[in-house]
Amino acid sequence: MLQVKDLSISYGAIQAVRHVDFEVKKGEIVTLIGANGAGKSTILKTISGIVKPQSGSIEYQNESLIGKKAPQIVAAGISQVPEGRHVFPAMTVMENLQLGSYLQKNRDQIDQRLQEIFEMFPILKERQHQDAATLSGGEQQMLVMARAMMANPELLLLDEPSMGLAPIYIQKVFDIIQKINAQGTTILLIEQNAHQALSIADRGYVIASGEIQLSGSGQTLLNDPKVKRAYLGESA
Amino acid sequence: MQIFMQQLINGLSLGSIYALLALGYTMIYGIVKIIHFAHGDVYMLGAFFGYYTINVWHFNFIMALFSSMIFCALVGMLIEFVAYRPLRHSSRIAVLITAIGVSYFLENGMSVLFSGDTRDFPQVIKQVNYEWFGIRVTNVQLLIFVTTIILMIVLQLIVKKTKMGRAMRAAAADPVAAELMGININGTISFVFAIGSAMAGAAGVLIGLYYNSIEPTMGLTPGIKAFVAAVVGGVGSIPGAAVGAVIIGCLESLMQAIGFSAFKDAAVYVVLIIVLLFLPAGLFGNKQPEKV
Repeated sequence: MLQVKDLSISYGAIQAVRHVDFEVKKGEIVTLIGANGAGKSTILKTISGIVKPQSGSIEYQNESLIGKKAPQIVAAGISQVPEGRHVFPAMTVMENLQLGSYLQKNRDQIDQRLQEIFEMFPILKERQHQDAATLSGGEQQMLVMARAMMANPELLLLDEPSMGLAPIYIQKVFDIIQKINAQGTTILLIEQNAHQALSIADRGYVIASGEIQLSGSGQTLLNDPKVKRAYLGESA
Repeated sequence: MQIFMQQLINGLSLGSIYALLALGYTMIYGIVKIIHFAHGDVYMLGAFFGYYTINVWHFNFIMALFSSMIFCALVGMLIEFVAYRPLRHSSRIAVLITAIGVSYFLENGMSVLFSGDTRDFPQVIKQVNYEWFGIRVTNVQLLIFVTTIILMIVLQLIVKKTKMGRAMRAAAADPVAAELMGININGTISFVFAIGSAMAGAAGVLIGLYYNSIEPTMGLTPGIKAFVAAVVGGVGSIPGAAVGAVIIGCLESLMQAIGFSAFKDAAVYVVLIIVLLFLPAGLFGNKQPEKV
């Protein structure tokens, strides 16, 4: 579904990502784990068209995403839940969700989607008229995930969805990711919470200083003694 | 008391004009964080275009108003495209200097092309005076007031109820997240410039009718006053801009009424300084700290 080959990305003189290869197959949960600054978020931003790569290729359903703008990539079926939540403040929960379906044209489909979303996130239905900025951190995370799902994506990119959340919400977030996946959406998940991420993932890649150090199934990586070392950011 | 009420009426008319201008300032600042100092000159262009369509094409008031709004919307989009878009990721000071440059360019360009003379604005609407309890109101004042209110309601509906309005607010609040929703940021910014400039165009035609005279540098002072109004109301807040503008308009009129005509501009700037010192976010500004 998504093939990333030999991807390098730099911010000015700093090379954030070097020659990275990975792929996501339809229906999978794939996770990229690694310490802060390893280049994980940069990879997601590049897939979404917010950051331009230096070299390499990104193919989605056999079509290159390089040079496409963010709205075109959303239209192609890839939605991203950005790091740090980014709800739209001073707008209601409902308006935030409506913005999620910005590119959708069919009103009936949008309404139907909204009902499905409310079923999956009952708290949002309760709070639909509330200013999104007044929600708790965990509720905001639910909102941005629901907002991304409003676009009806085939591939959902999640950037550190559990960051800064209370433990009860961390579990909830991972449950919802599995639920979304079970309903047919493919997931690319970025996490520092390696243990949780690997235990729900089909496959995982360990990234340190912009390079892929290890890859394998979620279970294999969980049991790999090198994982913790790479996860702590020491060069292998 | 009568004089006071009379000046309040005059202040409201003037304040309405400032409000139309201040809305543009505040909306444009809200989405691109640019202080669009050429906004007053867009208003001047609106007045001149109205002058032209009325004199040459014999447009009536409504047609002149709409054609000026459309003309200024196009001018606004062009300014954004030519002057501001290439500087989207530049330092703020570069953008600010550019804005002042655009302002000078428009003022002097108009002076060179059409001379800097003051000219009489054609009176498409015959002035009628009404008197209630010794307070005089002209039909032009009522027209200004009504037009401003209608335009503000339309603007509010666009911003609050339409998909484009939602996109505008989203792009203003968080451009990156808005892009991830599939919102075309450049298109949205163009749209904001179009709407803000159309408001300025309307203000230009209205001021032509009210003061009867127009000239290429007429946008300078009202532009700055409207900017002050936007700051007083809280930059980025649409109701704030309207309230700030009425305050500034009334303050000016009252200064004139008590015999300090020469100091009316100074009074406006004193208000600016006081607001910046004691209420930097303005009356309706966003005071709450951002939640991370």
